[in-house]
Amino acid sequence: MSTTSTAVNEVVLGWSERDLGVEGRVLDVVRAPDPVLSTRGADVDPTDPATVQLAADLVATMRVSPGCVGLAANQVGVSARVFCVDVSEHPKTRGHHGTYVLCNAEVVESSRNEKAREGCMSVPDLTGDVKRASRVVVRGQLPGTGEEVTLHASAFEARALQHEIDHTDGFLFLDRVAGAHAIHPRKTYL
Amino acid sequence: MSSPAPLHAVTVLGHDRPGIIAETTGRLADLGLNLEDSTMTLLRGHFAMMLLCAGDAEASAIEAALQPLTADGTLTVTVRDVPQEDAAAPAGTSWVLTVHGGDRPGIVSSVVARVAEVGGNITDLTTRLAGDLYLLVAEIDLPGGADVPALEAAVTAAASDLGVGATLRAVEADDL
Repeated sequence: MSTTSTAVNEVVLGWSERDLGVEGRVLDVVRAPDPVLSTRGADVDPTDPATVQLAADLVATMRVSPGCVGLAANQVGVSARVFCVDVSEHPKTRGHHGTYVLCNAEVVESSRNEKAREGCMSVPDLTGDVKRASRVVVRGQLPGTGEEVTLHASAFEARALQHEIDHTDGFLFLDRVAGAHAIHPRKTYL
Repeated sequence: MSSPAPLHAVTVLGHDRPGIIAETTGRLADLGLNLEDSTMTLLRGHFAMMLLCAGDAEASAIEAALQPLTADGTLTVTVRDVPQEDAAAPAGTSWVLTVHGGDRPGIVSSVVARVAEVGGNITDLTTRLAGDLYLLVAEIDLPGGADVPALEAAVTAAASDLGVGATLRAVEADDL
């Protein structure tokens, strides 16, 4: 069991893309079978100006994409271990940390598996049932300051984090589907 | 104990429309047949159903009863008698194999050949083509003692030769 607090991480909650100090650009989202999606990204220096710009670009691209709750650098064609998340507007969200970007993130603890249906902007025609932990502890660095943060996430935010960290490791939800009957054609497009 | 009722395999394939299942199962029920197992899906929009039903009816009589389904020429129906199969208790381990990448001929055959080589049995399979993306998801029973890391390496190599990726994961069953 973790001995750290399971409360919301105030540093992450208080972070916003304005802290980056650069204007984000909207980038094109790449789709499977682009090989960049199946390749583990390089670890990055979170204080590198290129990383800071990438972080701003990811948030800007997420913002203009309807229903998008997270976007990884691989999805804009950059093989780097960076992603953004914002589940605050999603109806399945319980607790959350607002908008944030993490670099070199990894899941350090996970528990309480639940199955739910996921989609992905890079796999626009399919959805899949994926079992994921509903409670996770994730560690990564904030872009800009490079501050290392550890956050406890649950429910939909936990799912989003695992989906994005999978992207940075070169995995799609397709690699995690529960079985042959767990793949579905997408019926509604946001 | 009396011997189990004869088993019949019915397939219905063709143009999809509402009511095919209702009509098929209604006609089978009229013959006193019990549905034992069935699966139905849409393949590129085509209706595709297979079912097993049990009861004392001749295959020819079932085929005749289902004849109206084929009247407009858009559906094909077949009926065959099949023996009872005793489902062998699965010894060994269950896995899910995912393969995805750019569409090209031979993805399924070359990957599943590696599974067959180690005596792996595919118990469920879905493949999809969505735009340029080809996806295969197979559920596999591997015999006890199968060299899983070797199979994973062989599958990964076969996939890599075709420029696609493969993932093999153990099935986790959470008994509640």
